[in-house]
Amino acid sequence: MSAETKHPPEIGAFFQRDRSWHPRGLTPDYKTSVLRSPEKALLSLDNTISEITGPVFGHGILGALDNDLIHNFAKPGESAIGERIIVYGRVLDERGNGVPGALLEFWQANAGGRYRHKKEGYIAALDPNFGGCGRTITDEDGAYAFRTIRPGAYPWPNGVNDWRPAHIHFSVFGHGFAQRLITQMYFEGDPMIWQCPIVRTIPDKAAVEMLVAALDMQATIPMDARAYKFDIVLRGRRSSVFENRLEGN
Amino acid sequence: MVQSLNRLKESPSQTAGPYVHIGLTPNFSGISGVIARDLGDEMVNDKTLGERIGIRARVLDGTGTPLKDALVEIWQADSAGLYNSPTEIRGTADPNFTGWGRKATDMTTGECLFQSIKPGRVPYKPGVLMAPHVSFWIVARGINLGLNTRMYFADEEAANAEDPVLARIEHRVRVPTLIAERQGDAYVFDIHLQGEKETVFFDI
Ligand SMILES: [Fe+3]
Repeated sequence: MSAETKHPPEIGAFFQRDRSWHPRGLTPDYKTSVLRSPEKALLSLDNTISEITGPVFGHGILGALDNDLIHNFAKPGESAIGERIIVYGRVLDERGNGVPGALLEFWQANAGGRYRHKKEGYIAALDPNFGGCGRTITDEDGAYAFRTIRPGAYPWPNGVNDWRPAHIHFSVFGHGFAQRLITQMYFEGDPMIWQCPIVRTIPDKAAVEMLVAALDMQATIPMDARAYKFDIVLRGRRSSVFENRLEGN
Repeated sequence: MVQSLNRLKESPSQTAGPYVHIGLTPNFSGISGVIARDLGDEMVNDKTLGERIGIRARVLDGTGTPLKDALVEIWQADSAGLYNSPTEIRGTADPNFTGWGRKATDMTTGECLFQSIKPGRVPYKPGVLMAPHVSFWIVARGINLGLNTRMYFADEEAANAEDPVLARIEHRVRVPTLIAERQGDAYVFDIHLQGEKETVFFDI
């Protein structure tokens, strides 16, 4: 059985989301947001069962190479080109507890900054041995790890000369549909981070820093791969013993 | 000084970007051989209980143009009103219904189609039922934080009339933005990101 069944599930409503910490919908320097951001106020809704529950995925869905982007698209005996790295960390909730059984899906450009996608127009070369996607599920402590190559920076059509810093996209499933989150991981020391219009949709510098993975030489494998630590925090649940319960209906 | 509450902040969201399909529906995006089947592709099987329905959804921008690069996830109860989730404590949901679906909108038409079942009613709080509904989560390039909304069913008039969530919508003229009409064997749900017909989105 998967890790998430070892403890009785928490069933409280989630803490209110701090929307001033997240990017606003309308961020004109990121031009695509202008026509894709709601203009009216959101309807605030204390969580019902529909938001508290969510799908959970067992480790059984995972293939042997799902957490190895260096090999999961490569021909037998070959591997993706680029700087070999390990990305590891924990998924936590706002109360600081590890989130077991969280599904992480990730996607990224290759070492030259090129995505394997029909709509990708950048002239950098495709790597025949790199697909650019993978996934894993956190263990009972909320820990995860995967292997990949460090993605390249790439230009994108926004300003005439806007470039994305090197990044890995993350999609995260916790235990409730209201915890659903997509974010991006950046790399310590990259000067491109602070120039990026997408990074700058985040209003608070401390919030951006939550998305910058730290180089960890202690977790680095000598003569093989450097390591970056990237923790992800999902919304926490209210857990007062005095909370109204929904059971019995 | 006082004691620290020791709370962490949620990781800030970032847009899913134009290549979200590489990560979440790799087979749809043309990357085969990494995972066998795109997750959330099928919600039902031959044994699933309940009335079979289709849900045909589009996401439209402020000019009325359908997004051709969006990703839509839905979450709903089974035909008895139970969720297939470890946090469902009222009973055991139909094991032949996942309750969760994920689709990319079509790169030409902007439409996505879920094969599902009509959900049962679930409680809002003890003694108060909500009308049958499907929860939606929408991400795409240009959307900085995933959008949450709900789809209700036009042929559930009586249940909709007493739904406590729909009742909270102050401007009644906006209620129909959440109600899908039936066309053939599918319910059609257009999600408008902006404009006069802007869908009611939720801060859940
Ligand atoms: Fe990207």
